[in-house]
Amino acid sequence: MLLSLPALHLQTSEHHPLFELPHGRLGPWCSPTGSPAPLSCDTGCGEGSWILVYRLLVPTQVSLLSMEEDIDTRKINNSFLRDHSYATEADIISTVEFNHTGELLATGDKGGRVVIFQREQESKNQVHRRGEYNVYSTFQSHEPEFDYLKSLEIEEKINKIRWLPQQNAAYFLLSTNDKTVKLWKVSERDKRPEGYNLKDEEGRLRDPSTITTLRVPVLRPMDLMVEATPRRVFANAHTYHINSISVNSDYETYMSADDLRINLWNFEITNQSFNIVDIKPANMEELTEVITAAEFHPHHCNTFVYSSSKGTIRLCDMRASALCDRHTKFFEEPEDPSNRSFFSEIISSISDVKFSHSGRYIMTRDYLTVKVWDLNMENRPIETYQVHDYLRSKLCSLYENDCIFDKFECVWNGSDSVIMTGSYNNFFRMFDRNTKRDVTLEASRENSKPRAILKPRKVCVGGKRRKDEISVDSLDFSKKILHTAWHPSENIIAVAATNNLYIFQDKVN
Amino acid sequence: MMLSKGLKRKREEEEEGLAVDTWWLDPGHPAVAQAPAATAASSSLFDLSVLKLHHSLRQSEPDLRHLVLVVNTLRRIQASMAPAATLPPVPSPPPAPGVADSLLASSDAALSASMASLLEDLSHIEGLSQVPQPLADEGPLGRPTAGAPPSLGALDLLGPATGCLLDDSLEGLFEDIDTSMYDSELWAPASESLKPGPVEGPGKEETTPELDEAELDYLMDVLVGTQALERPPGPGR
Repeated sequence: MLLSLPALHLQTSEHHPLFELPHGRLGPWCSPTGSPAPLSCDTGCGEGSWILVYRLLVPTQVSLLSMEEDIDTRKINNSFLRDHSYATEADIISTVEFNHTGELLATGDKGGRVVIFQREQESKNQVHRRGEYNVYSTFQSHEPEFDYLKSLEIEEKINKIRWLPQQNAAYFLLSTNDKTVKLWKVSERDKRPEGYNLKDEEGRLRDPSTITTLRVPVLRPMDLMVEATPRRVFANAHTYHINSISVNSDYETYMSADDLRINLWNFEITNQSFNIVDIKPANMEELTEVITAAEFHPHHCNTFVYSSSKGTIRLCDMRASALCDRHTKFFEEPEDPSNRSFFSEIISSISDVKFSHSGRYIMTRDYLTVKVWDLNMENRPIETYQVHDYLRSKLCSLYENDCIFDKFECVWNGSDSVIMTGSYNNFFRMFDRNTKRDVTLEASRENSKPRAILKPRKVCVGGKRRKDEISVDSLDFSKKILHTAWHPSENIIAVAATNNLYIFQDKVN
Repeated sequence: MMLSKGLKRKREEEEEGLAVDTWWLDPGHPAVAQAPAATAASSSLFDLSVLKLHHSLRQSEPDLRHLVLVVNTLRRIQASMAPAATLPPVPSPPPAPGVADSLLASSDAALSASMASLLEDLSHIEGLSQVPQPLADEGPLGRPTAGAPPSLGALDLLGPATGCLLDDSLEGLFEDIDTSMYDSELWAPASESLKPGPVEGPGKEETTPELDEAELDYLMDVLVGTQALERPPGPGR
């Protein structure tokens, strides 16, 4: 069913291929404002100059129009389950992830949609022209559900997307909301069979008695169609909210983690999973700690880590026991007595944990810092980077407005030499581990002309504010960059700022 | 301010919720604007944390991480106010807490009213099926502003000795409410019943009730409304 309506009108993929886009053309609801930068690029140092190559704005006006137009499509989108404006909320990007080659970039949003971008092939005529990313596929991954027993609405917001490595022509990814993980297959179709004997061209059945000759159906080319189909649904295994999924290096299993438990799945089996971590206390009133993130080791399929709300990381080996409640390694930095406050625990809560590509290090993000740990040293991190230490004196206000509970993610670049994480005011930060230099950049509509070089930003802490600096009190805490992604081998980054997606490349002189 | 999902969508409640949740953001408010003395700051932080806790517990499905962090912070603050034991700084209550308390009382009135109506639904929160009870006991008018502030009740419950959210004796008040059918343990996810055999490793001896067909039938009947609420048959049936 060919739809020319914005993505909000998509039906669930269970019934139809959702969206047919001529390949390479952009979907009707996005309007990039940058033309691709004519560059050639090798992997350079992360904090060289960065330019904007692509910006996806999801205009709320279009969404509102759609909402008024058609009652049926409203029902399809289950908007009757929401009591607030769904136009803005549904478009908030909640996860961003490159696939293993960097050819595809997936985003998930609060409305349960997944949008996949594909990098254009580099043209032979312009060898120095880097491919830009175009919309490749869009589908509704999760719908809002209602748990009748508990009388709860289950949000359709996509918490995480993880790609599987490509093994054939199709692409596979896992997407999850609070309760259910789904495996999606994204495949292309560019031929269709014609010349059936029992069906006519419109698909109507023919009366067999009218058939006098037989012919062999032939495959004829058609406009490229990209279909997304749900291949597996892994449901009913989590009582609490899923915060992480991670594909194992054996490509046969993956894990899903919620606040108190981690389950191990086999991709082929949807009605069972193994519980490998369970930190639920016998008496819930004794609960003091929850799981905040989890990830498999990139090479060792028996090893994984999970982080907690108390700022600890546990490394577990599945060979040691079936239930990995006892960790193999325990990473925790002793509290700095000079920085103690009522909020010490909250700001130590780890919001993201990521293995380096090499598998030697893990990186953790807590409220104010990013830390790099060597797997062989448990008592303290080997590197600590201050993301926005100027907020330390504002913790009380940030506690009041709940910003202190924001969960920022962090990413490695392809060579593990640079790490990146988001902040407020649409700022994001990069730290070069080798040169120890860092940079603050901004992803915002006003400051990003196409192909313009991003200007480093600076926050003024006290004293005299220089011309281009911004003072701490002027920061906009509603503009937070929680989700970022780094291309696996090149210096291309994707930054999600609320409902806008920015793609930046580095500029090589 | 974004309303959390899961809140019952009664309009009056939403508005009350908004009114309750945002008073401390008002910069003109005396409790907020005042330059805090150490004890006054702790006290207002304490009140703020208690309110956050209530707000979190009011939701049908609280964000566990948020809840745990707020509770732990509350414990820290309470511990720092330890010399006053279970009371906030007295003898002469500084003006800010007083004002804060009167507001807390009135906001608690709104809270009490809505919490009373939410009591039956509390069982949806697994394991945290009881909120600090005394606030529900205050009645529609709330406590008088003079004397012990309403948060006293919550303080008792967060008694340092027990470290528990609720005193066990209060459980008796909920005896007449059969929450067993809402106990999520009955709906143990597939993974729990298929936990790897206890042979290897320090597996937990978890007494997960088995979901046999008879129980499923019973529960389905109840959902359909053909059966009165009564205790389900034991697992050994």
